[in-house]
Amino acid sequence: MLSFIGRRLLQAMFVLLIISFVSFMIQDKMGDPVRQMVGLSVTLEQREALQQELGLNDPMLIQYGRFLGRAIQGDLGTSYYYKEPTIDVIASRLPATLELSFAALVLVVLLAIPLGVFAAIHPKNILSRAVLLFSTLGLSVPIFIVAVFLMYFFAIEWGLLPSFGRGETTSVFGLWQSGLFNRDGLQHLLLPSLSLAFVLTPIFIRLIRAEMMDVLQSDYIRYAWAKGISAPRIYFIHALKNTMLPVITVGGIQLGTLVAYTILTESIFQWPGMGLLFMDAVTRVDVPLISTYLIFVGVIFVVTNTLVDVVYSLVNPRVRIPGYS
Amino acid sequence: MSLLKLENLSVTFGQFRAVDQISYTVNEGEVLGIVGESGSGKSVSSLSLMGLIDYPGKVSADELSFMEQDLLSMPETQRRKITGSDIAMIFQDPMTSLNPCYTVGYQIIEALKTHQGGTKKELKTRAIELLNLVGIPAPESRLSAYPHQLSGGMSQRVMIAIAIGCNPKLLIADEPTTALDVTIQAQIIDLLIDLQKQKQMGLVLITHDLALVAEVAHRVIVMYAGQIVESGPASEVFSTPKHPYTQALLASLPESAAGKARLEALPGVVPGQYDRPKGCLLSPRCPYATDHCRNVVPDNQGPLERQVKCHTPLDTMGRPAA
Ligand SMILES: Nc1ncnc2c1ncn2[C@@H]1O[C@H](COP(=O)(O)OP(=O)(O)OP(=O)(O)O)[C@@H](O)[C@H]1O
Ligand code: SF4
Ligand SMILES: [Mg+2]
Repeated sequence: MLSFIGRRLLQAMFVLLIISFVSFMIQDKMGDPVRQMVGLSVTLEQREALQQELGLNDPMLIQYGRFLGRAIQGDLGTSYYYKEPTIDVIASRLPATLELSFAALVLVVLLAIPLGVFAAIHPKNILSRAVLLFSTLGLSVPIFIVAVFLMYFFAIEWGLLPSFGRGETTSVFGLWQSGLFNRDGLQHLLLPSLSLAFVLTPIFIRLIRAEMMDVLQSDYIRYAWAKGISAPRIYFIHALKNTMLPVITVGGIQLGTLVAYTILTESIFQWPGMGLLFMDAVTRVDVPLISTYLIFVGVIFVVTNTLVDVVYSLVNPRVRIPGYS
Repeated sequence: MSLLKLENLSVTFGQFRAVDQISYTVNEGEVLGIVGESGSGKSVSSLSLMGLIDYPGKVSADELSFMEQDLLSMPETQRRKITGSDIAMIFQDPMTSLNPCYTVGYQIIEALKTHQGGTKKELKTRAIELLNLVGIPAPESRLSAYPHQLSGGMSQRVMIAIAIGCNPKLLIADEPTTALDVTIQAQIIDLLIDLQKQKQMGLVLITHDLALVAEVAHRVIVMYAGQIVESGPASEVFSTPKHPYTQALLASLPESAAGKARLEALPGVVPGQYDRPKGCLLSPRCPYATDHCRNVVPDNQGPLERQVKCHTPLDTMGRPAA
């Protein structure tokens, strides 16, 4: 088990190294630090001297080494626009994005598990067919349509919910600006998280339904019926756990796409998170900020995937405990 | 008193009769052997006794009763109470029949709790007793083992422990040893027969192993394409078979005793859903088939204790009647 986690961490480090290299290349190829530092009036010789001094003429690998060294100390460059370390700029937007993703994930779980399980248990039921139809349609509707639709009805037509921004936030230990602890923040969170959840819910419904139907055909479920175990126990104790194992793995991979979709959601709802920041950075060609965003997203990917693997191995006794041979 | 009584029980999937009008009884303390090739309806018929035929399968019978209670007309909740306690069943593949996500102890205790109840401590003690009874060494430590940590033989012992946990009056064992190593098979059968005698259970033993049936069963049923083609006391059926199919099965006994042949006694296979012949279902494969056989379905002949479904039952010399 420990060696499994160790192996997983090593893989994670390797992936992070690759991400850092890509982001280094972006900074290296797209930005010209000298031009950022001095104006146009500087002579070519002065420019070259400066380049030499900054080490920009060194072999690429050495430059990358230096980049990595700074990165480990938390220095990923300074934003052109904000004139602040990129890491601070992004960190200040991180809570908004993570809370949005987390809320969306909770909604996905709350919607997909009951609906998927119901559709698997009663495949002929009219409600199951409706759920299946919804999940098929849901797969092909782009998120911005859903978002605009929700915004139009709930915010504009009925005026029930705010349509943009994060609303009021509270500071948690002075480290984290959270919108989860007051009514206004939660109201602002509802529409964006709902439309973000809409991206993954159909996939999860289909996944859970298919897995559950498979599990319900298995020998151990038939045996559970033969033992006279009650139906709710069979569905929710015997079948659900076996259903969720593969769902956790696939779900973990989908979690990454959630982060990607926050860019769209945040742009539509003007949600002040990393995704919106990234869009702005792209328009302003704020290269250090772009590359730092990529590293952040990469880290989030790697961390969630590693966590998912560890959770999977904790839940599945066949991974956790060596078997009979 | 007869424990279980079936009269003209059929199981249909749409137009297909997987089990076709079978009748038999099982008495207290009796071992009934059911033999027949793959696809002859042995499993489907036993699942129907447990109420485990899923939609779109349909079960119908003139009578299906357990201890004089009608199983088909009783409320579902009452039937679920009998299932797994008074009538228990063990399956062919022990390695896939236990839930991989829960420990052995959890699964034994769950079954006990469902039917008998008791405190946590009582249930645990009882589970250890059961594991002891089925010959599992160090039972306390096995409670926390997961199914994948057990060998096939051990898993089958656990299934037997669960099955006898609620003191069933009738135990249905559907090919309990087919998935196991040959060396383990005899141990499991010995255990089953031991327990059957100890607890005076009725036992329905489904198997491909004719030699085993000859040895342990009081009575035997031979199934073919969903029908019972011959039934009677095991000794009689095996010494003087009356049905050509039984005769062919016995002729292939040396191989089946070695655990190799899946009773492919006659050339050809059991007719499936779309190729059932018009007359006698065995006629395409029967060495004695006549035109009459190919056109007219034979009736059951003889009393329920010794029946044969053939136009020309074999005589004591193994020749078809004129
Ligand atoms: N759910 C189902 N739907 C349709 N047909 C089925 C279903 N279950 C079983 N059958 C069919 O019923 C027939 C009898 O199957 P059954 O499993 O009872 O055979 P068996 O005698 O137990 O064979 P084996 O020795 O291989 O276990 C087979 O032709 C099978 O294909
Ligand atoms: S009825 Fe005819 S075909 Fe059928 S088993 Fe008897 S002899 Fe063979
Ligand atoms: Mg079978």
